[in-house]
Amino acid sequence: MSRKLWQFHGGIKLPGHKALSNREPSIPAAIPVRLYLPLQQHIGITSHPVVKIGDKVLKGQVIARAESYVSVPIHASTSGTVVDIGEYPVPHPSGLSAMCVVIEADGQDLWIEKKPPKDYESLEPDALIHIVRDAGIVGMGGAGFPSHVKVNEGAENVVNTLIINGVECEPYITCDDRLICERADEVIGGARIIAHAVKAKRCIVAVEDDMPEAYAALERVSGSDIELARVPAIYPAGGEKQLILTLTGEEVPSGRLPIHIGIVMHNVATAAAVYRVLQYGEPLVSRYVTVTGSVARPRNVRALLGTPVRDLIDQCGRELGAPMKVIMGGPMMGLPVHDENVPVTKTTNCILVTNGPERGPEMPCIRCGDCVDVCPVNLLPQHLYWYTRAHDFDTAQDFHLFDCIDCGCCAHVCPSNIPLVQYFFFAKSEIAVEEEARESADLARRRFESRTARLAQEKPARKSPVQKEKVVVGGTQDDRGQKRAYIQAAIARTKAKRARAGEAKRSKEPSTAIDADSKSASRSDE
Amino acid sequence: MNSSVPPSLRDAEPRSVSSIMRQVLYALVPGVVIYVWFFGFGVVINCLIAVTVALASEGIMLGLRRRAIKPFLTDGSAAVTGMLLALAMPPYVPWWATVIATTFAIVVAKHLFGGLGYNPFNPAMAGYALVLISFPAQMTTWPLPHILSEIRPGLIDSALIIFTGHPAGALSLDALSSATPLAHIKAELGLMQTVSEARDAPIFGVFGGKGWEWLSIGYLLGGLWLLYQRIIKWQIPVSMLAGLFVMAMVFYLSDPDIYSSPMFHLLSGAAVLGAFFIATDPVTAATTPVGRIIFGAGIGVLTYVIRTWAGYPDGLAFAVLLMNAAAPTIDHYTQPRILGEDRQ
Repeated sequence: MSRKLWQFHGGIKLPGHKALSNREPSIPAAIPVRLYLPLQQHIGITSHPVVKIGDKVLKGQVIARAESYVSVPIHASTSGTVVDIGEYPVPHPSGLSAMCVVIEADGQDLWIEKKPPKDYESLEPDALIHIVRDAGIVGMGGAGFPSHVKVNEGAENVVNTLIINGVECEPYITCDDRLICERADEVIGGARIIAHAVKAKRCIVAVEDDMPEAYAALERVSGSDIELARVPAIYPAGGEKQLILTLTGEEVPSGRLPIHIGIVMHNVATAAAVYRVLQYGEPLVSRYVTVTGSVARPRNVRALLGTPVRDLIDQCGRELGAPMKVIMGGPMMGLPVHDENVPVTKTTNCILVTNGPERGPEMPCIRCGDCVDVCPVNLLPQHLYWYTRAHDFDTAQDFHLFDCIDCGCCAHVCPSNIPLVQYFFFAKSEIAVEEEARESADLARRRFESRTARLAQEKPARKSPVQKEKVVVGGTQDDRGQKRAYIQAAIARTKAKRARAGEAKRSKEPSTAIDADSKSASRSDE
Repeated sequence: MNSSVPPSLRDAEPRSVSSIMRQVLYALVPGVVIYVWFFGFGVVINCLIAVTVALASEGIMLGLRRRAIKPFLTDGSAAVTGMLLALAMPPYVPWWATVIATTFAIVVAKHLFGGLGYNPFNPAMAGYALVLISFPAQMTTWPLPHILSEIRPGLIDSALIIFTGHPAGALSLDALSSATPLAHIKAELGLMQTVSEARDAPIFGVFGGKGWEWLSIGYLLGGLWLLYQRIIKWQIPVSMLAGLFVMAMVFYLSDPDIYSSPMFHLLSGAAVLGAFFIATDPVTAATTPVGRIIFGAGIGVLTYVIRTWAGYPDGLAFAVLLMNAAAPTIDHYTQPRILGEDRQ
């Protein structure tokens, strides 16, 4: 089948190293002694624990509930006992710890009673959205955006195209490849369910042209209702906006979401998870993870969420000798793992063990423009770098800083070894902090202005402060009435102050909600 | 987000600043060989002087600025600046002119503006412009190509001329020297001669000056190799040569008696060297794809303007410096349309 494809600007042909891990069928990872389930494995509001230390839990039981619309519950990924709820290392660029529920496994792996819903076609999209949300499903391609929010997009918008993204463009990672090879029926089934929920007019399942086995597997199970596509293996072909352009020729407007042009995209693993909850009543408790690089038996494992990275490396044959670096994710966008106790989360696609040498020292930018040639968004990374270094974030934004997708192509080709993405990441977070400060300053200014206006209105009823000072200091006390008025004014001021404090406390909640929303909007790539 | 990712995971060929600079030096080899063939060994000595002084002043400046000396000294950028300067200077120019030009290039034009990556002006051209303005007599005395003079100073003689100003024995510097073809035409035009009359002089070849046209072809070979290696991008050389060619063509067609032919302009002076090796210095050039075209075309047009109507027979250095000053503005107005941005 040959379908018309479009080309995005830039990108790099990278050696895939896929054969290292995609030859063997996946195996289930061993149940670890302890599982560490972070309360935040998704973009949005952190989930709230509903179990206590000492509680017995069953596999699939809710241990933390969703706290807002952009949030999902978290389920116990095996049966056992909750032994702690506290701060443990989690996969995060900062390397900091975060709240986790720790479950000591009993080894039985006993499921809670599964209640598979009826045939999905008889369900209203609204009911489907609740099922997807209650199953804790998030974008499993990396971003971790709660899937029900995107499934719900059919409610208010016309969805022309649903794209199921199996374009696994980063080197080394093969978890989607293996998933499709082994469970193509689940991927296609999930695609049909989501297509039904968003009322999509058509549905495309896309893989890379270096995944022939996966493509063949999809071909066997997909019908005429599903279009299959193979896209060239050029990094980052699987980026949301890049893949939409490649498949449809349409560009997602800068600063907006695919739904604005009638497109919804989900990852293949997300589709399979949706299928499993509707077919078997299983919430999201495990996922395919590629363990590759310098390990004895690189392969894909089906790991329970919460399994420490250490266990997976051990299971795939840790190589002794030189100290290894561990990366969670791929070589281009992955995060360095500082502590092997960090657990597999809903978005962990790959554990890459490597002992390669360091890059050379960072040199000044010579503005060679290689980064311009490879940027898949057509940005000017050399200018972004220049302004970011100078802390001129306003100009950096004029150069479209927030359209950067963190793909790392620029840093990859940089002859000066500049970690460009880190600079951009820094700038983005600095701007977010500034924005927050500006918002609260704005709030303070508005309050001050309204107070000044109010005082100006009240002025005729009160004496000016200068006169009051005189009354007190000078002590011409024969005018008792004036003194009483002064005391009353002081009481009024205190009351006003209290009222303001209360108001400030109340106003905090909505402002954080808005903040979370805007963050999720900007990072909704699959 | 992933600086800790080792290059073994990244693409095969790791490119670095020093490998880029090394390639530029290799690419100069054909030009240098032809240069020696036609104009003697003076250029070799100039190269030695310029590169030595460039590396020494780079090292001293890095030390004074408390920068890491080794990575910057070995990045090759100072050596490239020295080489380009030496190739731009007349081959028997007194040694001190080369020393002054190189020192100024590295110390003032490069390091006082912040060193590698931060200098707004092309260091080699800044150094060249300084000595051209300060010592016009020394800077415009070129030797005849050996096929005309039958005397070709050897390495020792060249060194003597450069360091003492007097060649050994019966040789006389005047017997070796002449004006460059560009300067010759300019002078003859000033004497109300036509271009074709001026070109009757024996220093002219088929298109440009004898020897000069071959030198240009040598640089062209090196430049094409840099393009092939993707060290430089096509926009600047092509647009610069096109700018020069189009200007020359328009005026040549309007009056061939007082305007030289486009091919003469392309193959004379520093046009080809400038197009591939000087204007393409990434630090001081425009960096957007469209910006590079404007930048290169600007240099081509300005070179023609200065050659034809200003006081300097070859205005390339000034054209480059003027466009260097314009590069940030050009970049600002030529940002490419990003993915998802409104089409105007």
